[in-house]
Amino acid sequence: MEYGLDLEYSFNEFLKGFGLSSEVAHIIWLPLPMLLVLVAAVIGVLVTVWLERKISAAAQQRIGPEYAGALGVLQPIADGLKLLVKEDIIPAKADGILFTAGPILVLIPVILSWLIVPFGQNLLISNVGIGIFLWIALSSIQPIGLLMSGYASNNKYSLLGGLRAAAQSISYEIPLALSVLAVVLMTNSLSTIDIVNQQSGAGILSWNIWRQPVGFIVFWICALAECERLPFDLPEAEEELVAGYQTEYAGMKFALFYLGSYINLILSALLVSILYLGGWGFPIPVELIAKFLNLPINAPFIQVFTASIGIVMTVLKAYLLVFIAILLRWTTPRVRIDQLLDLGWKFLLPISLANLLITAGLKLAFPQFFGG
Amino acid sequence: MSIAITTQLICFTVLSLVVIIGALGVVLLESIVYSAFLLGGVFMSVAGLYLLLNASFVAAAQVLVYVGAVNVLIIFAIMLVNKKEDLKPINDIKSRRVISTSICLTLLSLLIRVDLTNVWSLSSPQNSIGEESTIRIGEHLFSDYLLPFEVASVLLLMAMIGAIVLARRDVMSKDISTGLPVDQELIEKSSEPLLTNKN
Repeated sequence: MEYGLDLEYSFNEFLKGFGLSSEVAHIIWLPLPMLLVLVAAVIGVLVTVWLERKISAAAQQRIGPEYAGALGVLQPIADGLKLLVKEDIIPAKADGILFTAGPILVLIPVILSWLIVPFGQNLLISNVGIGIFLWIALSSIQPIGLLMSGYASNNKYSLLGGLRAAAQSISYEIPLALSVLAVVLMTNSLSTIDIVNQQSGAGILSWNIWRQPVGFIVFWICALAECERLPFDLPEAEEELVAGYQTEYAGMKFALFYLGSYINLILSALLVSILYLGGWGFPIPVELIAKFLNLPINAPFIQVFTASIGIVMTVLKAYLLVFIAILLRWTTPRVRIDQLLDLGWKFLLPISLANLLITAGLKLAFPQFFGG
Repeated sequence: MSIAITTQLICFTVLSLVVIIGALGVVLLESIVYSAFLLGGVFMSVAGLYLLLNASFVAAAQVLVYVGAVNVLIIFAIMLVNKKEDLKPINDIKSRRVISTSICLTLLSLLIRVDLTNVWSLSSPQNSIGEESTIRIGEHLFSDYLLPFEVASVLLLMAMIGAIVLARRDVMSKDISTGLPVDQELIEKSSEPLLTNKN
């Protein structure tokens, strides 16, 4: 399956044309995809914030932001600028070092996880062998940052919020990992590229959502809980805890939390589309269309075209899921903490275990449909 | 020296310094919360060392298990029982410190001696299995290491059941430590009756 653009190779060849050694070319290449993905993540956050404002307004029969740019598209930038120039306050009785380190520890693992998000056959930062497992491991660091900022704020609401966030994140990580494991079982690989390629056989019919409907729903519920989105936003339940662990935060430190939660939402949506909705795949396989139109699949023009279709499809699927998440946030009430833990431990965990067992059985019974 | 080797050397130096200084901080700092967070930092740097050794699966498992589960649990426990309480001064604290320091130094010298006398057979970088190690670990767990693996899981199950039995108060009618009959009421009930004394 060696097709698709290899930008790194062509870039290195281009630099070698100027007489640079391959090592220097590699070092010049390294920061480029990282910067690109970082910029993409931040722009994704801006778009999501705008969508959140507009959709919530529509759900409540308001107009929403209107004056900053056409349809208020510049509103998120205004929000960001406001947070950027606000005074940075550390409460007098707070623990300064931990108070500063908390938000950073929350944001870094989320951004690092973008390492494994593929937008095309070769369009990702690094195709590491442990792929999706890296994301699960990295997302387990986040509760430490939340506990840290909750403790350092020296405020009982913050501490309770931090403890709730950690408890929630630990309990929902297990069903999340088990439903990922069922997909990995069908793919025989942890790499995100292999997971998408395994679903690319017959377009929309071969997507994992048809073979893993239970896993898809469990994963989506757990991802929402990990992002602390509204049916599960107990750590920052404003009626009970003011704003949870972020109560004492202002300015750029608050913005880091805000950025982290939205980047995490987009990342979760991207991973759902990679694991269950065929990633960059078009509903009808691009190879079939090319064959039908008698076009050579390896021609440069077709390659650029399929790569752009891949990026568009990944982003489209992800934003469809973000839309559902926003709609859920503005239409559902919050669950209680005991209901949340009941749902996680007594319902999702047994269901995802059974799903894993059934997937293993089906893989043995029908190896051609469930990965040999 | 090529750029890759230099990068590796810099990473190794930084990670080892973080491990050593962090571990010293865990032991020597007075504040138990700082110790717990530093322990998380040490675990992360050890995961970084595994990455340098091309063992990416072990590194991710280290982060998931030690940072994500063990360390979070430790911090959780510290924060739930976060009473500011002055510890009782111990009379012979100095002699105790001398004894524990000398024991630690003896163990350290033993380790250094083992390190210096043993001949370490290093396989060449060409023989390292790298990404394939995930498959290799799985094969070992289900063949020659099957018994230890299963025994460890049974041990964990026993510990879990034991913790649940100790924590659930309706299982035992007597408190283990005091011998008094156990209060079967809800933990969250208020200590004062709120409504009964009104009239």
